[in-house]
Amino acid sequence: MARITAGLTTSHVPAIGAALDQGKQHSDYWAPVFAGYDWTKQWMSAQRPDVIILVYNDHASAFSLEIIPTFAIGCADEYPIADEGFGPRPIPSVQGHAGLACHLAQSLILDEFDMTVINKMDVDHGLTVPLSLVYGQPDVWPVRVVPIAVNVVQYPPPTGERCFKLGQAIRRAVEAYEEDLNVQVWGTGGMSHQLQGPRAGLINQAFDNAFLDDMVDDTQRLRHVSHLEYLRESGSEGIELVMWLIMRGAMGESVRELHRFYHVPASNTAVGHLVVEPTDTEEQET
Amino acid sequence: MVDNSQFDDIPGTIVFTAERSHEGFHLNQFCMSLMKPGNRERFKANEAAYLDEWPITEAQKQAVLDRDYNAMMANGGNVYFLAKIFATDGISFQSAAASMTGMSEAEYAEMMLAGGRSPDGVRSIKEGR
Repeated sequence: MARITAGLTTSHVPAIGAALDQGKQHSDYWAPVFAGYDWTKQWMSAQRPDVIILVYNDHASAFSLEIIPTFAIGCADEYPIADEGFGPRPIPSVQGHAGLACHLAQSLILDEFDMTVINKMDVDHGLTVPLSLVYGQPDVWPVRVVPIAVNVVQYPPPTGERCFKLGQAIRRAVEAYEEDLNVQVWGTGGMSHQLQGPRAGLINQAFDNAFLDDMVDDTQRLRHVSHLEYLRESGSEGIELVMWLIMRGAMGESVRELHRFYHVPASNTAVGHLVVEPTDTEEQET
Repeated sequence: MVDNSQFDDIPGTIVFTAERSHEGFHLNQFCMSLMKPGNRERFKANEAAYLDEWPITEAQKQAVLDRDYNAMMANGGNVYFLAKIFATDGISFQSAAASMTGMSEAEYAEMMLAGGRSPDGVRSIKEGR
């Protein structure tokens, strides 16, 4: 049977991808950012997951304003790299796992999460920067990906509580999939940042560090952080953090923290990164 | 009835609601067209003519020509869509964000290196915190 073995969160700042693509990862500015992922790279080479369920948001690349799905799941075999206005990043296309994805889509909808199904999609920095941070610059990504795209562009994004419950449903669905797969769930985006208006550049280190703490110890608090609180405290784009709660919901009741990294700044953003593994195997509370 | 007036209490911030999405639909769709290299070339060759192909308002058009990102957002633009404009211009997200704050690019970069803009005093206008 398929099983969820670990969860990971990371920011997905586009400038990180650009730094790597342009060979600037050893510069004074960028070296400390990439160093925060050294532990993870090493750990990942031993973990070798078969599939990553990668929760991210599209940034006006695959979804225009014509249709704005709140939760969408990619069921394709392959995802080309989006041209975000400066040509596609020079990285391999992303291989999907259609079998698991179709199973997830059906299971989640019947479990009352009304997913939008995507059979064709380009993926942007939201999905590819996390892969680059963890896997570097391979010729082929050594893992298959099931993308889960969450709307955080147009207000309102789904609530943190809804995201957490979707994570729980993802876990139920994965554990009902027959193929023996080592599955990780990644939640991306955040941490505090505001990219727009006179308040651009907002960073809230106290909020971010409390969030990192509570991703491990106090999910009850995080599940009920209101949208207004995210906007005030973590900046208009910090609200992306609701996506981390999908990962956390998929881990079950308790987790062990394996690695944590926090760094300011990467471009306009506070970078946060967490690796956890689930520690309870019994049925989760719903 | 939804009440979004609470967002007006957060200084220097525009929340991209369904209403703003409706107002800015064509402006944002224009931005998205810049994901195609051919369209980027046509836009660069004659910005005003390219913009005339889109049913956008005069205020939206002028804001694009002026690269006034705050004005674009006040007229329904969303920053992730507007990012296609500054990508086309070859400008980083940080430079574009700096231009929205009234700070110079160097001042803004220095603020970020020093830990970013503190939330103290910019959480709520009414509550003064």
